[in-house]
Amino acid sequence: MKSLRKEFLKGLWDEHPTFRLLIGMCPTLAVTTAASNGLAMGLATTFVLVCSSVIISLMKDLIPKKVRIPCYIIIVATFVTIADMVLAAYFPDLHKVLGLFIPLIVVNCIILGRAEAYASKMPVFHSFIDALGMGVGIIWGLTFLGIVREFLGMGSVFGMQILPETATSWVIFILPPGAFFTLGIVVGLMNQINYVLERRKRERTTGSVTAGQAVQG
Amino acid sequence: MGELALIFIGSVLVNNFVLVRFLGICPFLGVSKELDTALGMGMATTFVLVLSAAATWLVQTFILVPFGMPFLQNVAFILIIASLVQLVEMFLQKASPGLYRALGIFLPLITTNCAVLGLAILVSQKDYTLIQAIVFALGTGAGFTLALAMMAGIREQLQFADIPKALQGAGIALITAGLMSMAFMGFSGLIAM
Repeated sequence: MKSLRKEFLKGLWDEHPTFRLLIGMCPTLAVTTAASNGLAMGLATTFVLVCSSVIISLMKDLIPKKVRIPCYIIIVATFVTIADMVLAAYFPDLHKVLGLFIPLIVVNCIILGRAEAYASKMPVFHSFIDALGMGVGIIWGLTFLGIVREFLGMGSVFGMQILPETATSWVIFILPPGAFFTLGIVVGLMNQINYVLERRKRERTTGSVTAGQAVQG
Repeated sequence: MGELALIFIGSVLVNNFVLVRFLGICPFLGVSKELDTALGMGMATTFVLVLSAAATWLVQTFILVPFGMPFLQNVAFILIIASLVQLVEMFLQKASPGLYRALGIFLPLITTNCAVLGLAILVSQKDYTLIQAIVFALGTGAGFTLALAMMAGIREQLQFADIPKALQGAGIALITAGLMSMAFMGFSGLIAM
């Protein structure tokens, strides 16, 4: 049980796909112009990731090793087509905004990466948990970027105006350069937080060692 | 002729795939540490872009549309691209070992380059003719190579800069890309697309 929890949690921070491993960058940068777009893209990617991980894990003994990558791609592409059609039928506005980037979930390296590194080797339930953890990581990552960019660029969050209309908004943040800046700074901040956490941990362990020696002495 | 020139310039500068459309960011960040490898990657990608644009155009026009199966587009296109990349790799290995050695390591990576699939889907959305699609692919490849080469040139210089520890690597690369993207926005008035 404990290991399952670890599998789930690693996707949220330590191995966060977009901020730590820097994979699946294209949708991360392109669709996070508003918080709701980021959330929708995160949900769509998670749906494809979880479904294809489970199916690949179920079929891992049937798929010949040499042609595994094309097989994985077909499985992923099938779920992407399902997500594409569901979005087009029930959320046409969202479908229009995300546009090209829904079919492009097929070539999102996160999904193929998890299939190759995890789902093709581990039992079904483990793969499901792993994919879910990564998916939640993607969702919070994209939504967070969306919130930051929408707030700085338009003064609103999830479409609700927060800053007064008179405040100057930095339109650059919802334009392409803003995507690179925001992600660059967030990656830097995450590294900084990790350095601080590591240093604290090291200080605590060395501190306890010296304390233990003092007791022995 | 004029229209083709517009498509070419538009895809190289105005709607640069990497810096404005955000397609092909993974190789842009991953293979832009040295100028030589960046140029190799750019050339290999351009090659595959042109071939796959032509192949997917033919399949879309002569198979998917006449048989009323445009919903199979994603699956069909990605299969074509994956097998095309494999084919090109095998062909180059036999026909031109020199070129294969130069491009070899980059070829498998191109399958998952979203610029390739993105281009195929964009072509079918825009209803381009075959010639237009090929010119669009050439322009996209040139724009990709340009962005990759510029990024590599900047990163080679950045190695000697004093960068805060947390921003080293990916952080500073992304901020550099942001500045380049800002510069490319200057081209946006060049052509009314």
